[in-house]
Amino acid sequence: MRGRSRWMPLIQAILIANAVLVLAPMVFMGLSAFKTTREIFQHPLGLPAVWSLDNFSRVWVEARFARYIQNSVLVTGASLALILTFGAMAGYALGRFRFRGNDFLYLYFLSGLMLPIRLAIIPLFIQMRNLNLLDTLWSLILIYAASGLPSAIFILTGFFRTLPADLDSAARIDGAGEWTIFARVMLPLVRPALVIVTVYNLIPIWNDFFFPLVFIQSDHLKTLPLGMTAFFGQYYTDWATLFAGLTLAAIPVVALYVVLSQHFIRGLTAGAVKG
Amino acid sequence: MARVYLEQVSKKFGVVTAVNDVTLEIPDRQFTVLVGPSGCGKTTALRLIAGLEEATAGNIFIGDRLVNDVAPKDRDIAMVFQNYALYPHMSVYDNMAFGLRLRRYPRTEIDRRVKEAAGMLGIEMLLDRKPKQLSGGQRQRVALGRAIVREPQVFLMDEPLSNLDAKLRVQTRAEIKKLQARLQTTTIYVTHDQVEAMTMGDRIVVMRDGLVQQVDSPLNLYEKPSNLFVAGFIGSPAMNFVEATLAPRNGALVVDCGSFAIEMPPDLAAIAKDWTGKPVVFGIRPEDIQDVAFARDPNPAWVLPAMVEVHEPLGSDVILYLSTGPTTIVARVDAHSSARMGQPAEVVLDMRKMHLFETETHKAII
Repeated sequence: MRGRSRWMPLIQAILIANAVLVLAPMVFMGLSAFKTTREIFQHPLGLPAVWSLDNFSRVWVEARFARYIQNSVLVTGASLALILTFGAMAGYALGRFRFRGNDFLYLYFLSGLMLPIRLAIIPLFIQMRNLNLLDTLWSLILIYAASGLPSAIFILTGFFRTLPADLDSAARIDGAGEWTIFARVMLPLVRPALVIVTVYNLIPIWNDFFFPLVFIQSDHLKTLPLGMTAFFGQYYTDWATLFAGLTLAAIPVVALYVVLSQHFIRGLTAGAVKG
Repeated sequence: MARVYLEQVSKKFGVVTAVNDVTLEIPDRQFTVLVGPSGCGKTTALRLIAGLEEATAGNIFIGDRLVNDVAPKDRDIAMVFQNYALYPHMSVYDNMAFGLRLRRYPRTEIDRRVKEAAGMLGIEMLLDRKPKQLSGGQRQRVALGRAIVREPQVFLMDEPLSNLDAKLRVQTRAEIKKLQARLQTTTIYVTHDQVEAMTMGDRIVVMRDGLVQQVDSPLNLYEKPSNLFVAGFIGSPAMNFVEATLAPRNGALVVDCGSFAIEMPPDLAAIAKDWTGKPVVFGIRPEDIQDVAFARDPNPAWVLPAMVEVHEPLGSDVILYLSTGPTTIVARVDAHSSARMGQPAEVVLDMRKMHLFETETHKAII
């Protein structure tokens, strides 16, 4: 106890410094969203002279913001749905059934964790072209789902393995078929793992700039990060509107993170202590 | 209600034979206990009946129906597991109702059955709770309730009391027995605890290494064990075994244990006379050995002088570890016995209750 309390002030100082470091850019982003571009350069750290919502209305109207956000929600939502559905099903099979090739299949999925998918951009581009999926949201959804699956399977298989075997027997005797055991008995018990997988994949997909840049050309199919580039001009960048757009883009993710964080933390510690 | 019949059933896991050619009839409405040391195949036998394992050979009947290829859910059985296997994310009510809902029982019928079972088990006030919020004993009851509401033909119970503390175990033991008597459902109960087996079973099946050793009522198992293993397994402290030979002396037959020899009663001697001169194993239960001072008209021919090595007072009686030469025997004598550690004592063996086993086959002679 004594040893711990002696280091407490130092530990807290480090944590607070870290929090400031992480939060400061977001605060500046939020504040700048209310300023004019001129003001941003004149008083970069100050509060806005007038709390104006002009930037927000401009981003909404000029930059087809609503359209971008719709695309982003669609792509992120569909990718997550695919990752969770197939990740849970594969994890269940790998974690609970003994069959020939189980270990091989598990390692095969895990090998996906080691492949940097961006290196495969040229073959992916050719494949998408051959599938006639270039310049569609499907190209993004399929790639995100595929690249998210290895980690999802890794996490979920581990969780399914920890569930007691008798639970399966009990449900079987109670009259549950294979699907009912999966959906109504096992799946609810790995909810913390599903939250982890969601949070783990949500932010990279939502923020991804690379794949939309390569695969999307039509303006009406752009996702938020790509859409925001409209404000970067060759000679002039509309910083004020850009910050307003980024602030709006961050809000849904931050909100979701706050809602899920409790489950997230519970999920991270769930495997550690047998309850 | 239904009888359960196993016909030459075997189960192999790779090279290990867990259940070896077992033929067993479990009568309708009775409480049958499968007992044996761990790894004897009793749990596997239960899981075979449940349909959770598939028999390698043989036939299993529930009622008159051959159920080899029938799924667990269609066997009309309910099972209680050692770790309860309650659904952690469902309330007590939902845990009990789950099986009925899957079978599409009408809502009112489900409600009636769950409430009735909860009343029977005294868990009405827990129906809205999650298993996590219950004590071990309460979880145990919910697990029983989940089996009861199904109103199955057969209850299968896999060591349901082994996770409870000693006091609660004794209490729940009596309650399960009462419940079974009331519901009259054929029950197959697996345990490694011979006391649990003796107190609960109408009939006991003793198993070892996948083989059925003896099937009998608790009293018969105790009084007439069919082999050395059953004799040693049932009863606590365990029966004394001494290697001996039968020798004729003065017209009677004596059990010669080397360090001591004791005369057999004439009726038992008549049965055992063919083994005269051959090596046998002599068995006698600790409770059939009494301090001479407390024995009712002791037969002087059965008195044995010995040294008391260990003296364990239990309150109700005293356990003595007695040595006669190289042989140690355990006796359970009257609490007021004056025997003390390191002192000589005289005990009398009740030879009418002696046992004799063949040395090679371990089969009972008497």
